[in-house]
Amino acid sequence: MKLLVCIKQVPDTTEIKIDPATNTLIRTGVLSIMNPFDAYAVEQALQLREAVGGTVTVISMGPPQAQTILTDALAMGADEAYLVTDRRFGGSDTLATSYILAAAAKTLGPFDAILCGKQAIDGDTGQVGPEMAEHLGWAQVTYVSQLHPEGEKLEAVREHPDRQEVISVSLPAVISVVKGEERPRYETIRGRLRANRQEIGILDRDALPVEDGRIGLTGSPTKVKRIFTPERHAECVWIEGETAGEKARALCGALSRAHVI
Amino acid sequence: MSGFVLTKDQQDMRRLAAKFGEEVMRPAAKEYDLLGETPLDIYRQAVEIGFASVTLPAEYGGLGLDMTTQCLLTEELSRWEAGITNALGASSLASKPIMIAGTPAQKQYAVDMIQSGHLAAFGLTEPDAGSDAAALKTTAVRRDGGYVLNGRKCFITNAPYASFFVIFAKTQKNVGTHGITAFLVEADRPGVSVGRHEDKMGLRLSAAADVILENVFVPEENRLGDEGKGFVIAMKTLDASRAEVAAAAVGIAQSAIDQSVEYAKNRICFGKPIARLQAIQFMLADMEIQTQAARSLVYHAAELIDNGLPYGPMCAAAKCMAGDTAMKVTMDAVQIFSGYGYMRDYPIEKLMRDAKLFQIFEGTNQIQRVVVSGAMLK
Repeated sequence: MKLLVCIKQVPDTTEIKIDPATNTLIRTGVLSIMNPFDAYAVEQALQLREAVGGTVTVISMGPPQAQTILTDALAMGADEAYLVTDRRFGGSDTLATSYILAAAAKTLGPFDAILCGKQAIDGDTGQVGPEMAEHLGWAQVTYVSQLHPEGEKLEAVREHPDRQEVISVSLPAVISVVKGEERPRYETIRGRLRANRQEIGILDRDALPVEDGRIGLTGSPTKVKRIFTPERHAECVWIEGETAGEKARALCGALSRAHVI
Repeated sequence: MSGFVLTKDQQDMRRLAAKFGEEVMRPAAKEYDLLGETPLDIYRQAVEIGFASVTLPAEYGGLGLDMTTQCLLTEELSRWEAGITNALGASSLASKPIMIAGTPAQKQYAVDMIQSGHLAAFGLTEPDAGSDAAALKTTAVRRDGGYVLNGRKCFITNAPYASFFVIFAKTQKNVGTHGITAFLVEADRPGVSVGRHEDKMGLRLSAAADVILENVFVPEENRLGDEGKGFVIAMKTLDASRAEVAAAAVGIAQSAIDQSVEYAKNRICFGKPIARLQAIQFMLADMEIQTQAARSLVYHAAELIDNGLPYGPMCAAAKCMAGDTAMKVTMDAVQIFSGYGYMRDYPIEKLMRDAKLFQIFEGTNQIQRVVVSGAMLK
């Protein structure tokens, strides 16, 4: 089975800070890591490869420093890695990004399946995976926690807040994964030493079958109006009363007025 | 480690050790410290990552990396939990005499066993032969194409879990150290048994026990090196392993520093963090200065080993300095934490208990001074 995993480099913090002057993420002083959900996608792909054989290719679209997470994926056990990078890709929104990644998948493929995390922890859109499936005209399953080979198909367990759904999906397909039961494996020392010596392929604009009008800022219909850190208010109200009963009544009244109960 | 120039590979391997140490080893510390057992699943996970393969020779399937890298990883793992690190170190210690004197078949056996997650143990010490290793009483008598071993080894790290031992025994009496021979003894040989699990003060995530040998037959191919060369093999083994042990001690000291700095910044006393008090600042500074000095000796010793230069006295100096430093720095950490430092609910007193063994095992620090002064006065 030929598998492709899309991974993204994100700041290592769930407490994203935003520069109020420019409305952009403050990245200085923040360590960059592989998006945690993408690490689970790499793990799922490696497990599939162990079950049925094949190869695991990882790609990332981003600036040259995103190579470090590709090397991390190689150290975990991926077979090869490609960085999709070009100044002309800069400013791409999810539509343009998924268009470019789909083109990369066509160029490197054919693949039986593309795996990705359900969303990145920086932008949190969760759109790139499903949009890739649309660009490619493939089936898609989102929010997958487990993947099992099932002949020519894959059996995917899809997570809902209150239930699980087991889906049999024809290939090729795009699968977006949530954090599964088995956490992403540790790299091995051997894997790391090999990965540090392995070349990462570079795919730029000219290496991909893309139209200039559909990439970068020009290809991005999404315009961010404003990004801001919501202000947090915490107020403490003391409930007065002589007895516990009085205090309870006062509390119920306050909660009722606040439409909480 | 800080203050040393590391290669990209070394930085990445250290980061891996830190991640594993923080996410897997440290969380197990409390539970297994109380139990006094080695968490074998964590040990095996560490083996899978490659932490037991670092200096095993590449031609037998090991990683074939240098002693500097070994010390770097040992220090980092020890910073998170020194007991599991010591269990890994004890297997590494048992592999060394085999790599020094073994046949290709013996080397392949040891590498395969250790890399597949089996533990190994080095059996030199006896109830009446500690620092005076030459006084050992275990005997090996030639019989039917092999040897029959009888005797008792004590304080043997990893003994309760080990799949094989390296045992030092006398093949000839009355010739002192020249009568000692080394043997590879599989744990499942008839007559091999393990005594009571020692209830140690510290390093409780690595287990020690007696190894009892009662008419244990080993074939000739289990002898390591020539008859009578056992003592030289043991001394060469300990000379080299001391750098690793010293690195583990530095890791404990670093852990004490890390936690003391954090605590001093947050503990409020007289209306301000105790880190603002010069009494605390100077304690922290001394802890840092002494630890960095010990670390410098460790990596200098490792550098000598890696460059094939004479390293015995430097390794002894490093082990002595690092062990004494770890003891002092962890006592200071308990002092900074004060009452909380003395309580088992806090992780500080464990560091102090762990550190103490580094002044005792793999040659007491008095023996290290014998080695150092011996080299000065010869």
